[in-house]
Amino acid sequence: MQISPEDAKASSSAVSTAPPSVSMYGRWLDSDIWYSFTRSWVTMLAALVTFVLIASAVFTPWIAPHNPLDLQTLNLLDGSKPPVWSRDGDWKFLLGTDQQGRDLLSSILYGMRISLTVGFFGVILAATIGIALGLIAGYFGGRIDSIIMRVADVQLTFPAILIALLIDGTTRALVGTAKSEALVFWVLVVSIGLSFWVQYARTVRGSTMVERNKDYVHAARLIGLSKTTILFRHVLPNVIGPVLVIATINLALAVITEATLSFLGVGLPQTEPSLGTLIRVGNEFLFSGEWWVVIFPSLTLAALVLAVNLLGDWLRDALNPKLQ
Amino acid sequence: MKPTLALAAALLAGTLLSSFSAEAKTLRWSRSQDATTLDPHSGNTGPNHVVAHNFYDTLVVRGFDGKLAASLATSWAVLPSDPTIWEFKLRPGVKFHNGTTLTADDVVFSMQRALKPAADMKSLLVSVESITKVDDLTVRFKTKGPNALLVNNLTNLFIMNKAWAEANNAVDPQNLKEKVENGATLQAMGTGAYTLAVREPDVRTVMKRNDNYWGKGSMPLEFDEIIYRPIKENATRVAALLSGEIDFVQDIPPQDIQKLQTSDGIKVSAGAENRSIFFGMNMGIPELRGSDVKGKNPFADVKVRQAVNTAINREAIQRVTMRGQSTPQGTIGTPFINGYTKEIDQWPKTDAAAAKKLLTDAGYPNGFSVTLHCTNDRYVNDEGICQAAVGMLGQIGIKATLVSQSLRVHFPGIQKGEYDFYLLGWGIPTFDSHYVFNDLYRTKTQTAGTWNGTGYSNAALDTKIDSLNSEVDIAKRNATIADIWKEIQANNAYAPVHMQFIAYASRKGFEVPVDVENTPKMKFVSTPRS
Amino acid sequence: MLAFIIRRLGQAVLVLLTVALIAFALFRFVGDPTQQMVSQDTSVEERLRIRKDLGLDDSVVIQFSRFVGNAARFEFGISYQNKQSVAKLIGERFPATMELALASALFALLVGIPMGVYTGIFPNSILSRLFQMISLIGVSLPTFLIGILLIFTFSVTLGLLPSFGRQGVVKLGSWTTSFLTLEGWRSLIMPAITLGLFQMTLIMRLVRSEMLEVLRTDYIRFARARGLPDRSVHFRHALKNTLIPVITITGLQLGSIIAFAIITETVFQWPGMGLMFLQAVQTVDIPIMSAYLLLVATLFVLINLAVDLLYSAVDPRIRIAGKVA
Repeated sequence: MQISPEDAKASSSAVSTAPPSVSMYGRWLDSDIWYSFTRSWVTMLAALVTFVLIASAVFTPWIAPHNPLDLQTLNLLDGSKPPVWSRDGDWKFLLGTDQQGRDLLSSILYGMRISLTVGFFGVILAATIGIALGLIAGYFGGRIDSIIMRVADVQLTFPAILIALLIDGTTRALVGTAKSEALVFWVLVVSIGLSFWVQYARTVRGSTMVERNKDYVHAARLIGLSKTTILFRHVLPNVIGPVLVIATINLALAVITEATLSFLGVGLPQTEPSLGTLIRVGNEFLFSGEWWVVIFPSLTLAALVLAVNLLGDWLRDALNPKLQ
Repeated sequence: MKPTLALAAALLAGTLLSSFSAEAKTLRWSRSQDATTLDPHSGNTGPNHVVAHNFYDTLVVRGFDGKLAASLATSWAVLPSDPTIWEFKLRPGVKFHNGTTLTADDVVFSMQRALKPAADMKSLLVSVESITKVDDLTVRFKTKGPNALLVNNLTNLFIMNKAWAEANNAVDPQNLKEKVENGATLQAMGTGAYTLAVREPDVRTVMKRNDNYWGKGSMPLEFDEIIYRPIKENATRVAALLSGEIDFVQDIPPQDIQKLQTSDGIKVSAGAENRSIFFGMNMGIPELRGSDVKGKNPFADVKVRQAVNTAINREAIQRVTMRGQSTPQGTIGTPFINGYTKEIDQWPKTDAAAAKKLLTDAGYPNGFSVTLHCTNDRYVNDEGICQAAVGMLGQIGIKATLVSQSLRVHFPGIQKGEYDFYLLGWGIPTFDSHYVFNDLYRTKTQTAGTWNGTGYSNAALDTKIDSLNSEVDIAKRNATIADIWKEIQANNAYAPVHMQFIAYASRKGFEVPVDVENTPKMKFVSTPRS
Repeated sequence: MLAFIIRRLGQAVLVLLTVALIAFALFRFVGDPTQQMVSQDTSVEERLRIRKDLGLDDSVVIQFSRFVGNAARFEFGISYQNKQSVAKLIGERFPATMELALASALFALLVGIPMGVYTGIFPNSILSRLFQMISLIGVSLPTFLIGILLIFTFSVTLGLLPSFGRQGVVKLGSWTTSFLTLEGWRSLIMPAITLGLFQMTLIMRLVRSEMLEVLRTDYIRFARARGLPDRSVHFRHALKNTLIPVITITGLQLGSIIAFAIITETVFQWPGMGLMFLQAVQTVDIPIMSAYLLLVATLFVLINLAVDLLYSAVDPRIRIAGKVA
């Protein structure tokens, strides 16, 4: 699950020449892309869904009817109410409530906010580590390169779930269970970050190896710019295109990973539920007739991931010069 | 080639037999967890005992109603001449699965085995000084002082075959020191109603009816074969029942009861377990570790403990969180046990205003903050109960932060006294109040008060609790018990919530009634004829 | 060539040692293994004695070297929870996971490749769009949700397939297989699909994009220009070219299939190593956890090594690139 087709290709063609990433950054505003966007209604729908979901995650505290994180405002007697259109529905709770009397709509909004935040931070961490190591490996080559790529191999041995279990265990051992509950958010972020960086590193390394032999880099070196300046000011902008594609697809993968970890019980607690936690808890009610506690969070998760994946797919095709 | 042919012949014969005997009845039984070992003396947990009861017998046994009955022992009594000696008469002519006859030597061997350091079961025999054989069918237990209740402790102490254990590297209970399992880990040699056919830990255990069983004729022994398959996930377990792959599920979550009851061909029976669920408040430390109140401990004030007891809405938890599958309680101790009365089982009417006033009187008009530790894998809806309590306490200004964790982490923390405020459940296998007092209320020492995480300590009370151990006059003993209950109920060291119910679900023809100890003995099951 | 092989072998050993160190260091410090083995009445003296028996009081260096020495002999001690030899427990569970992994890899290949070829050749047909939609849903739904959905539909509602466990198992020496009975296959279908769905979509997308690229290359154009029939162009020339990366990826993915079996095995209660690992994590069963981690790492390193060596045999540029770098 951690290896996307993008990565698969990168590793399969590890030695074939790195994909030419000639000023992909410039293509971003190219009208071709806008054209291909407006031509596909699926992409536009995906963009709309993504936008609506992300916007509601951002503005959750202002649009959610209740605050499910505040246990003290809950009334147990509101528990297990069905959605409003059912016979016993209540207008106060549009999508019904869970066993604790939490408004499901609010829970989903807050849960999505948590899931997306974990995803964003995880992807940003992964990209940061991956880009930095990829630039270094690609630009300097030699021993550093082979060490970094070896580390990448070791890292690939451990899928996200194993890494999360390891990090979770270490945190528990180091700070105790009570404090590690508070840290579980960062445990997830670090797990995702450490699981996904390899892809970025491999891609950036490949592009950097091409860029470093270009005239503008030679010129920069000649006029005495520092290595850091050359790497980050000059090489980085030219290799960032594929990174954005990977990041988009990775966001979806990160959200799924978070959900899976929460499902297996190493994720966020019930008092601070993410979408994955909501599904895990809801799954316990699969045969109780209270379908809404599992169906709505699942649908939200599926819609979110599907929309982001569709956008990622379109972006990759649109940015892949070979397919144009 | 030869062995293959023999195998094929055996398989064929097996198939023919099973297809011809129309009466053959197989029980497919599932639960969330497997026994950790088949060694009957290694672990003192329900999941181990429930499996062991099929292969092994005990001297005395509790039926589905929790009443003590004769098993391998036919009679037992304290010697009139010496109150420290118990004498047990053994059932004659009982055969082990390998055909040898049960004698007093096997009983003495098994009890001594259960007393060895590696055995978890030794805690039930702490009062025993020695076990001796009088003749082939008589065994005596000598206790350190008079112990009127010893027989109640023997319901899960299984009798093994001495000669077999000696021949199969199983003389000592399974020990961690040895780097391999012993002969009793994967095999079983008892006198039980079922023999072991297949043992695959965590996957399946197949048991065949013992046709030479001494209880044949007096017990129903309905199932020819039992297949025990642990399924950890609630949803998968219920699905397996619904799709007909399992006949009997021992742990049904409360939310599924209603739906299952309306499903065709499935019967749910729910009933009380001999176990109370409650919150503990640590009054024994100068300052709570996770609180904004510094320099003093709010729980040290009995008014605060009363406030907690008043704020918790037990009826709401029963109705919503437990969906009716509990009995609200004001005491730790169920109606099943000796010493329980309606009078001690009282709790204040839920009243946020009154609770707030108690807090104000104690000097905390704005409440305080505290960390609540809770299990999420032990009791029925444990995490839900804690979440509900956090909300209820919040309404009177006590801001509780919930930490929910596995019992593996939770229990050691209670035993080390690491928590300010925690959830715990207490089952009472001896059916006597002493088991509650000694572990939950007595001052913490090496051997007593092991689960007292409240820091509650009262020397006078300790003396009374200890006196119960050797009091043979039942009326006097019961008076002391009543006296102790009165004192501890007034103290409010704990906030009891309820006695939990357990729910079994079975397919038609496999109805297993609820066992108060949650260790159903399959030999006693008698399903209604259709 | 020999130097290359030796260097790669050396690296593999180094990787395994690192993993061993991680496995040891992390799990040595999680929880207190003595807590599993004592009851509420165990005295402090006895707890200390158990600690000593387990060797938890020795220095970390000694504990680690003991760990590596034992691991090399496949001796992982006794499970804290099951109280049985870990090597034996893993030996019992290994066939279940390997058969599940194999079945799902086969499913992924046999369904993924044809779908990929079709969508590559006819990128704009309705069926292609449907396939891509299916693949996107496969990627978007978490594995556990797919499993639950399958159980709900095919076991509970329709009553067609068993909902859990591995059935119809036949013993072949020390190996157990469910490939030989109808019952075994029936119980394998849903877990294999659940586990293989993600790999299937991966392969489908890979084949599709490889096909799209290959079909644009000059030699395919020439082949068409020479008047070769479409079928020959597509399968003799185009597909052949896409298969090498597909097989490589499938090989590399086998390792992660085994690791991701944790989820599938949990949902279907499949008695494999993943289920055992998750239960071990929940009960802090240190010997099982470290043995599992090392085993997965070893499998992955071996597969990687094999793929690398195969590649270098096929394409000498790798060896040279390796030397220069």
